[in-house]
Amino acid sequence: MTESSSPERVALFGGVYSNYLALESVIDDARRRGATRLYCLGDLGAFGPHPDRVFPLLVDANVQTVQGNYDHSIGHRRDDCACGYTDPKDNYFARISYSYTFENTSDRWKDWLRDLNPSIDIELAGRRVHLCHGSPRQTNEFLWESTTPDPFLRRLFRDHETDVIACTHTGLSWQRTVDTNLIVNVGVVGRPENDGCTDVSYCMLTAGENGIVADQVRVAYDHERLSAEMRSEGLPNEFTETIETGWWKSCLEILPAKERARGKC
Amino acid sequence: MPSTPAPETTAPLLPPGPLDALWIQLGGTLCNLQCTHCFISCSPKNKSLDLMSLADVEPYLVEAERLGTREYYFTGGEVFIVKELEAIVERTLQQGPVTLLTNGTLTTLERATRLAEIAAATPYSLEFRVSLDGFTPETNDVIRGRGTFERAMRGVENLVSVGFLPIITATQVWDPSENLNVIAGFSEELRRRGYDRPRLKILPVLKMGAEAERTEGYADYERITEDMWRGYDASLLLCHASRTVSGRGVHICPILVDDPAGSIGTSLTESLDRPYPLTHSACYTCWQYGSICSNASSAPADGGY
Repeated sequence: MTESSSPERVALFGGVYSNYLALESVIDDARRRGATRLYCLGDLGAFGPHPDRVFPLLVDANVQTVQGNYDHSIGHRRDDCACGYTDPKDNYFARISYSYTFENTSDRWKDWLRDLNPSIDIELAGRRVHLCHGSPRQTNEFLWESTTPDPFLRRLFRDHETDVIACTHTGLSWQRTVDTNLIVNVGVVGRPENDGCTDVSYCMLTAGENGIVADQVRVAYDHERLSAEMRSEGLPNEFTETIETGWWKSCLEILPAKERARGKC
Repeated sequence: MPSTPAPETTAPLLPPGPLDALWIQLGGTLCNLQCTHCFISCSPKNKSLDLMSLADVEPYLVEAERLGTREYYFTGGEVFIVKELEAIVERTLQQGPVTLLTNGTLTTLERATRLAEIAAATPYSLEFRVSLDGFTPETNDVIRGRGTFERAMRGVENLVSVGFLPIITATQVWDPSENLNVIAGFSEELRRRGYDRPRLKILPVLKMGAEAERTEGYADYERITEDMWRGYDASLLLCHASRTVSGRGVHICPILVDDPAGSIGTSLTESLDRPYPLTHSACYTCWQYGSICSNASSAPADGGY
């Protein structure tokens, strides 16, 4: 098969959370697998160390980036991340990570975050693909697999005139075909999936003869180095333990029943 | 001209919105308990709103599916009084996630087990909210009735034993300065009973129904004015994107389900198209706290962390 006849591949990833080591590995993996376009669905800062380190990686790899709620807040110099948490425990940890990230993001990159678009529309295999952070209608809306029913998705596809929706924000990846449309939550590259595995994951869209196929790709990275750097930056144990164990130790009260029951915590 | 304008002339209008959540008053106003703070005065004898059957619910489910509804809540009254509860839950889970609001005292192991089987067979979440108003029999039973603490806790244990993670919902009948102690007390008691990661939700009191007699009703000034509404994010209110149905028709919200001011016809579709005047004093509580009826935790900020 020649290069020109290869199916087009598009890599989608979200929730970098300052995990620049995972980001590096994901970009390398996506390129190696033949991705010609890379998109980030937002939330570049949060739990991890040295927030400024993710931006050059995105710019150098020509990653087009959607603005997440975190990016909007940091970019507009807001007081909090607008993560949409409602539990005091979740909000307590969100405040710690936001404060650290805000203090350690330089003005140049804050302005860059401020100017990002809240969504990007692309075309793949002749189909309209809407890239957003939370949902097409609200940046910090959580689209969990067990609380996002098909009738509601039909409304989103119709209201936003798209064939495919790709989102992140929850931290857990999933996908579903509804009629002829596709929803993909691409997961996050900033922390593991609350399943006891330290890998992170991203989504590879492949344009095939019969439309678009979405594959979730797991990627290992130097998570021990990341947790060591997080500890030296004085970030909470709950954040480093999440990276080291693959089980979420913070910001998980928001999980619905089914997703929560799957986790160990 | 009256010295104080009638509320209707000053109340802001809630703009039309989508139907994200459908509340179903399955248990009507019938309840096996008679709590002293109940905002719609439910009791074993209050038949102001009757129980609903699967046949009553079905047309609303069909309409809600067409409207792209995201989630379903069943409340009352006490939903476990309804004999068809399991069948209604099974039917609703075909089209979206469900939350049951219950006092837990009728949640037997047998019924919890059946509901766990139903939940396991669908991709959507089945949540429970179990009401308790204190973490000891002394503090709870004075509100909810003698013996209710142990009976409700047994219901919680039954739910947990079959894999559910019920949200314990407590109305703030204590002094706000006690919040952290109460939260810690609930957590400790629930862990002692085998619920390792308890979920808690604290509700503000609604000063109406039985609660108005227990303490006090709303003061005249407790209403939303145009000034308060200016710049307010309407999406913070439950009524912005939800409706409640009962045997009597469609209502603006589950709080005003037994109040004529809350009735807005018989069709969900039509009820979404018309602006609603936020005249009621209960609207003031929601304006203060946001969507108090949703599953989201509304525990006091910081919560001891």
